[in-house]
Amino acid sequence: MITTFRGYERPDGSVGVRNHIVVMAVADCVEPVARIIADGVEGAVAISQYHGCIAGEMVANTLIGVGKNPNVAAVLLVGMGCESMAVDSLGNAIRESRKPTDWISIQELGGTSNAVTEGKRILRAMLEKVGGLKREEFGVSKLVVGVKCGASDTTSGLAANPAVGATADMLVDAGGAVLMSEPEEAIGAEEPLAKRAISEEVRKRIYRMIGDEEKRCSVPGVQTELLCRGNVEGGLTTIEEKSLGAIYKSGSRPIKGVLENSNRLLERVPKEGGFYLQDGTHLEPMTMSSMAAAGAQIIVFITGRGGTFGHAIVPLIKVTGNSDTYLRMKDDMDINASTIIEGQESVEAVGRRIFSEIIEVASGKRTRGEVLGYDNFSVFQRDPRLDALLGISQS
Amino acid sequence: MIDAKDNVATALTSIQSGDMVMVVSSSQKKVCEIKITRAVPFGHKLAIAAIRKGDKVIKYGEPIGHASRDIGPGDYVHIDNVNSNRIQLPKAWYSKEP
Repeated sequence: MITTFRGYERPDGSVGVRNHIVVMAVADCVEPVARIIADGVEGAVAISQYHGCIAGEMVANTLIGVGKNPNVAAVLLVGMGCESMAVDSLGNAIRESRKPTDWISIQELGGTSNAVTEGKRILRAMLEKVGGLKREEFGVSKLVVGVKCGASDTTSGLAANPAVGATADMLVDAGGAVLMSEPEEAIGAEEPLAKRAISEEVRKRIYRMIGDEEKRCSVPGVQTELLCRGNVEGGLTTIEEKSLGAIYKSGSRPIKGVLENSNRLLERVPKEGGFYLQDGTHLEPMTMSSMAAAGAQIIVFITGRGGTFGHAIVPLIKVTGNSDTYLRMKDDMDINASTIIEGQESVEAVGRRIFSEIIEVASGKRTRGEVLGYDNFSVFQRDPRLDALLGISQS
Repeated sequence: MIDAKDNVATALTSIQSGDMVMVVSSSQKKVCEIKITRAVPFGHKLAIAAIRKGDKVIKYGEPIGHASRDIGPGDYVHIDNVNSNRIQLPKAWYSKEP
């Protein structure tokens, strides 16, 4: 099994699997300008967030983390000029990673055409610096891989998630890091997760993260949708069943920590590798951004009923354990794991196939989502008012 | 079935009412044969033992909820006869009926 990949070394020692130049609109009001600036510039991708210009700290933490992500070679922040989440404070935080980072304010520059001219000038200068970077060989210990499932059915818990779990164990054993979020989809699966905690402190943090999420989902008089209609049509009956199937993708290695993702702090995955949980949400595009902000360069996405999206920064490898879904949505799927249910391949064998795919994608192979041009980007912001009312302290 | 403690199994193909099905363990060993009382779609669950109202429904060796009414062997097991032990779904949202 090949355990090295060819990636781009960054000034902070991290290694990217892509070489994006990010044009970051700090609020959705400037997104169109960011898109015009990025348009036509090789390697440039525009991203934004949709919580407005007085968004909470979680949004700022995520944008900073995404800017620092190793798949990002350089960052141009675009602000209107009046927002509280100012381009210079975000930009200075991203600069800690020592990658080329700059920012513009549209009001200061005098409107769209000046901002576009100046933005494109900055991007061209950035492209000259980072566009010619060559891939070099690195070990799996430089990889952080997120695992996420969505549009699940019962094949996810039976086949695709166990296969990804086998991959997760292979990555950890080779010195890499694996990250799983979605605290809501751990309700009912606390015990099997807590058993894997490396310390009493981590065990307590697992229970607290899931317990806090259960409180948010159990507000009297409010019905919370814990399973989508597709989950139920796919045979999933309760949140416990969904959770117990979902955690299979985390593999079996010790859980080294629960990474904080709150208004106070977004913790990054430590350099030493291993398996980590991350606090946050279970909703796919937002979780992918949280994982990217924690340092994930690749995400493996497991789906029963199918999914047609990607992420602007992090390539997404899509795996399905449902043969019908694979056949109907072949264009969107990277890995067919339905061979497990059909008895043609073992969980381990499919796990090895997914591992090889991760290595290839890390070295530049484009995922189905990348070929289709998918560049989803959204950011999770937990409402601090709800937590305050429920007595949940921001850790 | 996935774990020896389970009282439900997952249909690996769509099953019709009245069909006899063989239940196998995750290591492909025969556990029992059972007559299906109501059609079970692919990926959905069937009871492999009687589960009385209030008793735990077990899959993956862990409780996934409790029976909201008596369930017989071979019965289709889903949101109509199982409730969560943790957070109940707003079931009307999932109904296909108008």
